Amino acid sequence: MPLFRESGIVEDPWQRLADDTPVPADGMVLVSFARWREARAALLARRGPIGVALANTDPVEALASDTSRLDLITLHFPKFSDGRAYSQARLLRERLGYQGELRATGNVLQDQAPFMLRCGFDSFEVVNEPTLRALRRGALPEASLFYQPSVAPHEVPTGTRPWLRVTRPSKE
Amino acid sequence: MPDTHFYRYDDYDRTLVAERVEQFRDQVRRRLSGELTEEQFKPLRLTNGLYLQLHAYMLRIAIPYGTLSSRQLRKLADIARKFDRGYGHFTTRQNLQLNWIKLEDAPDALAALAEVDMHAMQTSGNVIRNVTADHFAGAAIDEIEDPRIWCEIVRQWSTLHPEFSFLPRKFKIAITGSPNDRAAVRVHDIGLRLWRNETGEVGFEVIVGGGLGRTPMIGKTLREFLPKDELLAYLEATLRVYNRYGRRDNLYKARIKILVHEVGAEKMREEVEAEYADIKDGALKLPAETIEAIARQFAPPALPHRPAVVATVEALKLEDRDFALWLKSNVSAHRLAGYRIVTASLKPAGAPPGDASSVQMEGVADIADAYSQGEIRVSHEQNLVLPHVAVEDLPVVWLALGRLGFAEANVGKITDIIACPGLDYCALANARSIPVAQRISNHFARIGLQHDIGDLKIKISGCINACGHHHVGHIGILGVDKNGVELYQISLGGDVDFGKTALGTILGPAVTADKVVEAVDALVATYLDARGEGERFVDTYRRIGVKPFKDRVYAVV
Repeated sequence: MPLFRESGIVEDPWQRLADDTPVPADGMVLVSFARWREARAALLARRGPIGVALANTDPVEALASDTSRLDLITLHFPKFSDGRAYSQARLLRERLGYQGELRATGNVLQDQAPFMLRCGFDSFEVVNEPTLRALRRGALPEASLFYQPSVAPHEVPTGTRPWLRVTRPSKE
Repeated sequence: MPDTHFYRYDDYDRTLVAERVEQFRDQVRRRLSGELTEEQFKPLRLTNGLYLQLHAYMLRIAIPYGTLSSRQLRKLADIARKFDRGYGHFTTRQNLQLNWIKLEDAPDALAALAEVDMHAMQTSGNVIRNVTADHFAGAAIDEIEDPRIWCEIVRQWSTLHPEFSFLPRKFKIAITGSPNDRAAVRVHDIGLRLWRNETGEVGFEVIVGGGLGRTPMIGKTLREFLPKDELLAYLEATLRVYNRYGRRDNLYKARIKILVHEVGAEKMREEVEAEYADIKDGALKLPAETIEAIARQFAPPALPHRPAVVATVEALKLEDRDFALWLKSNVSAHRLAGYRIVTASLKPAGAPPGDASSVQMEGVADIADAYSQGEIRVSHEQNLVLPHVAVEDLPVVWLALGRLGFAEANVGKITDIIACPGLDYCALANARSIPVAQRISNHFARIGLQHDIGDLKIKISGCINACGHHHVGHIGILGVDKNGVELYQISLGGDVDFGKTALGTILGPAVTADKVVEAVDALVATYLDARGEGERFVDTYRRIGVKPFKDRVYAVV
């Protein structure tokens, strides 16, 4: 499945494991939240990087003590109009200090991508064709000013209002 | 032209709005070319206030806290003329709706709005909607602090909020700065009431989970007293709890009132307070300088001293009964003795409530420039307000409004009806609202009779979604559909006054459209026969109960 990162469209290096597939000794594997809860110790004991896929009803707080051990967390948008994962993303980034890859999956569309970036997502699994085309030509909706603080990497405070953010001009 | 005495955009605000207009222009282009399906386009157009109605697109323009400069009102008139049919409809959320916009014109209409520092964001979709306020803010005699300062802060924070743009359902916030609540704060998703505590400090009572619609509920107080500088953090905490736990399985159970009802106010408070404790000292804590800088923009105009008692006004009052009645119903006390707040009634006999033509809008803008510091307010009762009129100028303002058809002395009376657009425009409606309002308005057109009947609020909704606030009307009228027939359910005793907020009780079986006027007539006759000294309709109802009203209505319909 095409994966979009800031660097562009890449092949997804992660292997998504079904709950009944044995865990390989190494390699990058992505497991469900249920499996993570069940086999946490064993998963942490293996060599390769580990990722957890959350449903938008899973409590992110349950990962509080593991955020530094995880390399990927995926959050799901069953419909673009179901915005629960935005809150999960901000909590992971801003409260739980998660610094690994935060990936949006599901109904990911180009016009929602800017909101996702501002909530801390840094990669998108994209199936929607027009969205893929837009991402390929670098045509994400552009805005340079926002009325909320955010963890997006290219934004800095500006002016005197504490909630104002401006996009830092990208380095040439 | 006078300076404005409310928030002025700076370059940041202008850039932000301009970028969004261009973004929408691209989205419209993609929709027209077929690149976007209607399903994908829908949330994008809704982000910009563009609805698809029964017959056409409708553009809902945000009028933050109901405050307009004369320049802005003229621009609205101009947009209505250029892109619509030369009129607009002021809504119960202090917005303006244009009902006949073409999709390809919508970006230009938004660009025209941006020229006067306005937009149509946050007027639709499952987002924090345009924040409403007391329409007498900044002029009211009973005001503790101007609520619009806080509305503006909330407006900015909530605009295109990345976390809260896909909430379970729409989210409405209202703020009042007066003990006499004119903003209906107990029937909003969040209502905020500024008050002064025992130590003299001003803060917010935070009321959560009120609302009308299909399941009307009175909001619960989550916080008795919130320090003002923590407002955004508390709102963010509340919205986050709602975004995570609000129901998404059923459209009709998705508002925050249902969450509060299902988990209970106690549990809701615990969740919100826990979230808030984590973020209250973060980036949303409001520095005193920021609050002051915004508050300065709302500094009241320097009104010159004007006499409180004017002989010519007193004389005209004796001479002209219409003027005297207008003073009683449409003119309210101002914080300065030499001034009054004037309400221009957008409910002349038989007219659709809240409609104004471009010519009328321009006329009101001219009057505001000459006599009210260039400022106009939109009330949630769908009237326009001139907030700073000198007592001495009342006769000339009365005459000028009269020429526009906006001097009907009926504010707060039986023909000052709130009505949603109903089946004439709206795809959701079961029944017509406007023609019913018009018939009632014609029936009770005599101003003398209206003043005899006294304060009586009729509110009409064309469907259960309750855009016409029928639950809180002294008389509420709800359009229902029974096997293809439009029927009207009548309720009594609703109220939004603070401390008395109540939901109406259904009178009995719904009546047909041609019997609504007779039913209202019977209700009024019951009141006139039974009223005690100084009792309003709703007071008499509270004293004698529903039965006498019911008996008389069903004897005639």
